[in-house]
Amino acid sequence: MSEVGLDITLARGDFSLSVDTVLPDGAVTGIYGASGSGKTSLLSCIAGLLRGEPGNAVRVGADRLEGEGEWLPPEARGVAYVFQDARLFPHLDVAGNLDFALRRRRRPGPGLAEVSEWLGITGLLTRRAGDLSRGQQQRVAIARALLSGPRLVLMDEPLANIDVSGRRDILTRLARVRRELSVPMIYVSHDMAELAELADHLLVLEEGRLVAEGPLLELSSQLELALSHQEQAAAVLRAQVAEHDPDYGLSRLLFEGETLWVNQLELPPGTSLRLRLPARDISLCRERPSQTSILNLLPVRVTGIEPGQDSRVLVQLAVGRQRLLARITRKSLDALELAVGDDIVAQVKSVALLNDSRDD
Amino acid sequence: MLDALWLTLKLATVSTLWLLLLGTPLAWWLARRRSLLSTLVEAVVALPLVLPPTVLGFYLLIAFAPQSGLAQAWQALTGSRLAFSFSALVMGSVLYSLPFVVQPLQAAFRQVPASLLEAAATLGAGPLDRWRSLVLPLCRPSFLAAASLGFAHTVGEFGVVLMIGGNIPGETQVLSIALYDRVEALDFAAAHQLAAGLVLFSLVTLFLLYRSSGRWSVRT
Repeated sequence: MSEVGLDITLARGDFSLSVDTVLPDGAVTGIYGASGSGKTSLLSCIAGLLRGEPGNAVRVGADRLEGEGEWLPPEARGVAYVFQDARLFPHLDVAGNLDFALRRRRRPGPGLAEVSEWLGITGLLTRRAGDLSRGQQQRVAIARALLSGPRLVLMDEPLANIDVSGRRDILTRLARVRRELSVPMIYVSHDMAELAELADHLLVLEEGRLVAEGPLLELSSQLELALSHQEQAAAVLRAQVAEHDPDYGLSRLLFEGETLWVNQLELPPGTSLRLRLPARDISLCRERPSQTSILNLLPVRVTGIEPGQDSRVLVQLAVGRQRLLARITRKSLDALELAVGDDIVAQVKSVALLNDSRDD
Repeated sequence: MLDALWLTLKLATVSTLWLLLLGTPLAWWLARRRSLLSTLVEAVVALPLVLPPTVLGFYLLIAFAPQSGLAQAWQALTGSRLAFSFSALVMGSVLYSLPFVVQPLQAAFRQVPASLLEAAATLGAGPLDRWRSLVLPLCRPSFLAAASLGFAHTVGEFGVVLMIGGNIPGETQVLSIALYDRVEALDFAAAHQLAAGLVLFSLVTLFLLYRSSGRWSVRT
C-alpha cells in the first residue's frame, strides 16, 4: 500500500501552486505541464526542498512526511530526486557517488549490482563524474537515487539535456526499473511522448493548478484538454501482438478486435503493448477505400468534433472502448459532412510503438 | 635568536588554529547570508587590510590594560595577566589575520553549488553530514590556502605586536621584533640573518602554497 497523498499549496509572489490529489498505488504518475506551470515547485515541496504553506500534507502509503504540524526535512523523507542536471558529486567517482546514497539509506532497497545492471553503468564505476557524457551522468544519477532506498522517486525532466539516442536508451532502462521496482514514481515532463512511454496516471498542471488527472490512456484522447490540441497530439492505446508475417517483415497487432500492421516485432504473440497514434497521421474516409497503399484501416465511430486553432479540427473516434484522435481540415470536415455518431473509416499512416512487454 | 624563531612559529601555529576555528563558521555564515548585519561584519573583518596595524594595536593595548574589563575577566579566569603576554599576542594576531582566512574560505563556500547540497539532502544527508561530506572536501584547497596565508601573515606581523607585545624575549619577542631590536642596536650582522631568514621562509611558504593548490577555487 503506497498510494501518494498530496495536498500542497505554495505562494511565491505572483505564482501560486495548489494541488490536492491522491496518486494511485503502484503507478508511475506523469506530471505534464508547460514550463512555468509549477511542476518543479511541486516536486520541491514533495521532497521538502521548498516549504509550502502551513497545512500542507505529503503522505506515502501510511508514512506521513508532512502535515498535522509535522514537517520532515528532505534528508528524513526518503524521497529520492532525479534532477534535470545530474548533480553528481564532482570530488567522487561513480562508485563514490553510489556509495554516498547506499551508506545513508534507512530502508531496504535494491542492491548495487542490480541497479548498476538496470542502468548499464557497471563499466563506469571507477570513472570520475566529470568524464562522463550527459546521458551517462544521468544514468548514474538515477542509480544513485534508487540506491538511497526511497519510498518515492521523483524525476524532474531527467531527459531534458540528453541527445535523442541517449533518451531512447534511458527510457528503455526506466521501463525496466519500473517493472523491477515497486516504488511509486512521479515523472515530470513537458513532452507527452516521453510520458506516454512511462506513465500510467497523468496529472496535467496549468499555471499551478491541476486541470486534469486520470489514467493516461484516457486523458491522451480527451478533446477538451489543451494537450490534445498540440501539434504533436496523439492518442495512446493498448494492443496485443497477434502474429508475425516474416515474408513482409510485418507484425499484426490486435486492437479492440481490429487489425493493425506494424514493422515486425521481436515479441511473442499475446504480448501487450502501448501504441501512440499521432492525430496528424490519421485521415478519415466515408467508405473503406478499395485501393490504397495504407495498410491500416480501422472502422471507427465519431464521438466528438472540436474546432482547433486555424483551419483544422480535431475529431475524436471510438474503436471499441478506446479512443483515437484525428486532425483534419475544416474543409474536409464539411466535404465529408461528418457528425457525431457517424460510422466511418480511419486510415492510420503511422504507429509509434512505446515500451514493449508491459503487462498491464 | 632561536628563542624568537621558536616563539614566532608557536604564535603562528596557535593563531592559525584559532583562525580556522573561528574563521570557518564566520566565513560560512557570511557566504550564505546576505543582510545588513552580515555586510557590516564583513567590513569589520576586512578592516585590518586597510588600517595601519598600529591602530588595531593601539585599541588592543587599551583593551588589554590591567584595569580594563577584558583584562580583569582574563585575570579572574586564568590567574595571569593579559597585557604583554603570549595570549594577548595570539588575540591580536587572530584579529589581524582574520581577513586572510575568512576571505578565501568565504569565496570557496560561495562556490559550493546549492544544487549539490540539495541533491545530498534528498539522498539522506543532514546539515552536518552535508558539510563534512561535501563542503569540506570540495573546499579543501581553499582551507589549505587560508591556513597558509593566516600562518604566513602572522609570521610577518609587526605593528600590532610592537604595540601590544612589548619586547620580552621568549614571551613576546617574535622574529620581526627581534629584527627591529637588532637594527636599533646597530647589530647589522644579526639583522641580516633575521631579515634573510624571513624572506626565505615567506618565499618557501608561498611557493609551496601556489604549487600544492594550483588554484584556490572549489574543485568542480
